[in-house]
Amino acid sequence: MKAHLLYRDRDFAPERTVAPNERDLMQDLHLNVLFDTMALGDKFILDVSRKVVLSSLGDPEAVLYRQDIIKDCLKNCLIVKEIYALALESLESEKELHWGIFSRYPSSILNGSISVLEAFVEILKRLRSLAEERSSAFQSEGFAQFFRMLKEELSDSYIAVVKYHLKQLRFRGGVLISAELGKGSQGTRYVLRKTRDVKKSFIQRIFSKKPTEYTFHIPDRDESGAKALSELRDRGINLAANALAQSKDHILSFFQMLRTELAFYLGCMNLHARLVEIAARACFPVPAGLEVRRHTFTGLYDLCLALSEGRSVVENDLNADNRNLVVITGANQGGKSTFLRGIGVAQLMMQSGMFVGASQFCSNVCDGIFTHYKREEDVTMKSGKLDEELKRMSAIVDKVSPNSILLLNESFASTNEREGSEVARQVLSALLDAGIKIFFVTHLHKFARESFERQRQKAVFLRAGRQADGERTFKILEGEPLQTSFGEDLYRNIFGVDN
Amino acid sequence: MTTATAEMPAFFRDLNLDQIVIVITAAKDEYNLKPYFHAPLKNVDAIMYRHEVMRDLEKKTLFESMNSFARKMREMREHLVRAKKLYYKHQRESWFLDAVELYCGAVQSLSEDLDQADLDSRGLLALRDYVQRYVQSDVFSSLVAETGNLKHDLATVQYCLLIKYGSISVRRYDSETDYRAEVEATFEKFKQAAAKDYAIKFSASEQMNHVEAQALDCVAELYPDVFLHLGAYCDSRTGYLDETIATFDREIQFYVSFLEFIAELKHQGLDFCYPKVTDSSKEVYDFDCFDLALAHKLYVEGSQVVCNDFHLMGNERIIVVSGPNQGGKTTFARAFGQLHYLASLGCPVPGRKAQLFLCDRLFTHFEKAETVQNGRGKLQDDLMRFHEILKAATSRSIIIMNEMFSSTTLRDALFLGKRIMERIMDLDILCVCVTFIDELSCLSEKTVSVVSTIVPEDPALRTYKIVRKPADGLAYALSIAEKHRLTSERLRERLRG
Repeated sequence: MKAHLLYRDRDFAPERTVAPNERDLMQDLHLNVLFDTMALGDKFILDVSRKVVLSSLGDPEAVLYRQDIIKDCLKNCLIVKEIYALALESLESEKELHWGIFSRYPSSILNGSISVLEAFVEILKRLRSLAEERSSAFQSEGFAQFFRMLKEELSDSYIAVVKYHLKQLRFRGGVLISAELGKGSQGTRYVLRKTRDVKKSFIQRIFSKKPTEYTFHIPDRDESGAKALSELRDRGINLAANALAQSKDHILSFFQMLRTELAFYLGCMNLHARLVEIAARACFPVPAGLEVRRHTFTGLYDLCLALSEGRSVVENDLNADNRNLVVITGANQGGKSTFLRGIGVAQLMMQSGMFVGASQFCSNVCDGIFTHYKREEDVTMKSGKLDEELKRMSAIVDKVSPNSILLLNESFASTNEREGSEVARQVLSALLDAGIKIFFVTHLHKFARESFERQRQKAVFLRAGRQADGERTFKILEGEPLQTSFGEDLYRNIFGVDN
Repeated sequence: MTTATAEMPAFFRDLNLDQIVIVITAAKDEYNLKPYFHAPLKNVDAIMYRHEVMRDLEKKTLFESMNSFARKMREMREHLVRAKKLYYKHQRESWFLDAVELYCGAVQSLSEDLDQADLDSRGLLALRDYVQRYVQSDVFSSLVAETGNLKHDLATVQYCLLIKYGSISVRRYDSETDYRAEVEATFEKFKQAAAKDYAIKFSASEQMNHVEAQALDCVAELYPDVFLHLGAYCDSRTGYLDETIATFDREIQFYVSFLEFIAELKHQGLDFCYPKVTDSSKEVYDFDCFDLALAHKLYVEGSQVVCNDFHLMGNERIIVVSGPNQGGKTTFARAFGQLHYLASLGCPVPGRKAQLFLCDRLFTHFEKAETVQNGRGKLQDDLMRFHEILKAATSRSIIIMNEMFSSTTLRDALFLGKRIMERIMDLDILCVCVTFIDELSCLSEKTVSVVSTIVPEDPALRTYKIVRKPADGLAYALSIAEKHRLTSERLRERLRG
């Protein structure tokens, strides 16, 4: 039995999938704002949301599978929370009742497991009734499959069988085990056997031939005898106890997985509610295949900025379909970094099946998203600044694959413009030839200009806007790279217009 | 093979043969193999006899057969030991039964393996004949048959225990179903990935407790024929072990242990060969030989020993080893002694190709720490020991001398050394003499001078190569001078510059 609410065909295994550059992404894209909003103070939801968002889906179909589930969640918030609560309850009852499980005695393991399973059976029953009553309100394939599974697997007759065994396994009538003679004629291959149901009539019992049987008793005072007897009993039930404890674990991990998977959806519900609160729009993006190059949106904003500001923020549009390179130049503090972050956050959210902060959004899925931002100067003085950033670039190159997306924010700026441009040219041309999609915020005019001359067909050139009076609009629009980045404006703003 | 109870010969420590034997016999205490290694053979044919067996055993399949036979016999002995320690009758008898079963199996596969083996040695051919006859004998076949029947009967015993509080009922098994499987099937649908193992590992105690024993008694009541038969079997089969087989089991380990020991060194690329052993010629040689004890020690430490050659021709009898300290002089002398001793045991020896002399006695004269008790000075002690040796030695003896007379003046040492060497030359004895006295290396046509060498560029580095050349006493000093740019050439250069 699998919940499979995050992936159509498998469990969620965060250890396997979380992006190797998680720390960079968190820092460069300000993702903690996103996760904090999703978690609403719940550490578990925080952790799951982070892991899910950072283990991107690579297949548009898988993205749509989750999108549908999220849509169902947004419509049926209360029911989803109820299922989550049931999963939680099961985990807590296990914690209370699992005593004995870690014992060295199979009988304690057995009894502990029985207690937990008895509690689990009750919760499974409630889960099934919920499925029966509420499944019609859900449309997604994921939930449909989940509810169908509950109804099919947890029928009344099945639950009756489970209860019967849980009672039998208390062994009120003694434990029956078969054995053979092993080394030195010591008993071995102890196998727990099912006692025959004695449903014979009184007459039958009198006339049926009783098999030859020898019985011996352990005297009350014989403590070592009593110990030996219970060890023999333990040998007999050992494997059954193991099977039962494992079944308990399996059901437990079913509940754990259910809780984990739902935690992400609870996070999505929380986030959505917050966006509604601050009147920021959201849409479900259209994911395109890995091999194509799509990147088109309207009304995209940096969702993390909106969340931390608590209001809607500047929106931008882009049409970069069939392009590999987007170069963003222009005014200082003109919204370039925010624009870049918005792209990164939207891509991550799309590839986790979520809605994104835009009016419309379509891009191809990528198999890795990497950020290369300026870092604080190396405090240990071990390496120079260019050395440090190129080292990070090299680390990225180690991990990058042809369908990755790279977000470069003022890379190669820690040297003079001519050298920086040359390094940029060499690095980027190689990466682009490999098929990697690059968004590059840069002040390297020489690089930007040359690229503009040579790659106009393959690239999109954007410029942070500036009104004639020098006032920033924070709008990023198409435009060729210009010589100045309007530092003068900034200077004037800060130091006053005229001396 | 003569079942020797020989004590360790006097020279064992000096030649580090004691270390070698300890390693060889380390895992084989039960066979008491040391006496074999303490008893050199006295004639060439006996040595050839062992060489043949060794060569046969170098065939991998046969060697494996011997090992497998040994393993089974060892297991059999362990069974007997345990059986003796057990308290409950049925259990004791079952262990005895298993011991006999192991024995039968061991002998049967030994016989099959020998039949298929391609044997050349007199020793193993004789063994094959014996084992064939034994396996076909009535004694053995009835033992096999009865053992097999009993094992089969015991294996068919199946019973059930109904365990309640304070009592156990025992009855025959009556096809009751496996309840665990049913429980597992019930919960099958919840199965997730790999699960933690909650099964408790019960220690397999060989000593039954009294509850198990009582249960077993009840089982014996349920199957009386089987257990009565077992009891009778144990009474009648106590002397099942054939004496010749038992002797073979021990003796073959002499060969196996030695071959196992040298296998790892061979694997490292070191050569071993069957020397031509002679008692008629004193021409001896061995190429790429080495100190076996050192080779093993270095093998354990992960490095490899340096090989050396020697060849005494015509009238040459005495190898005089000089040269820098720690250059491998003593090691070389030891190797010479070891080779001759190992050859006299009929073992393969270190080296690519060898001819060695079968001596009547081997003597060593190594430096001893000064002993206060005997009240003599060290020099006196040295001389007394020489006296003993020369009194006992014959022209067929071998003497290994290491740094004699180091505790006196050079003049005294030279004088005494010459006297001793003269006596040795008179006796025409094969000898290795490690000395710092260069003059001893050119006393007569009987002496051969060999020198330990160094790397000229870095005198601190040892090559451990012993080469045949005059002892000039200069090579070492010169290379040190070179290092400090004090050779006449370098000094001139420097003074010019």
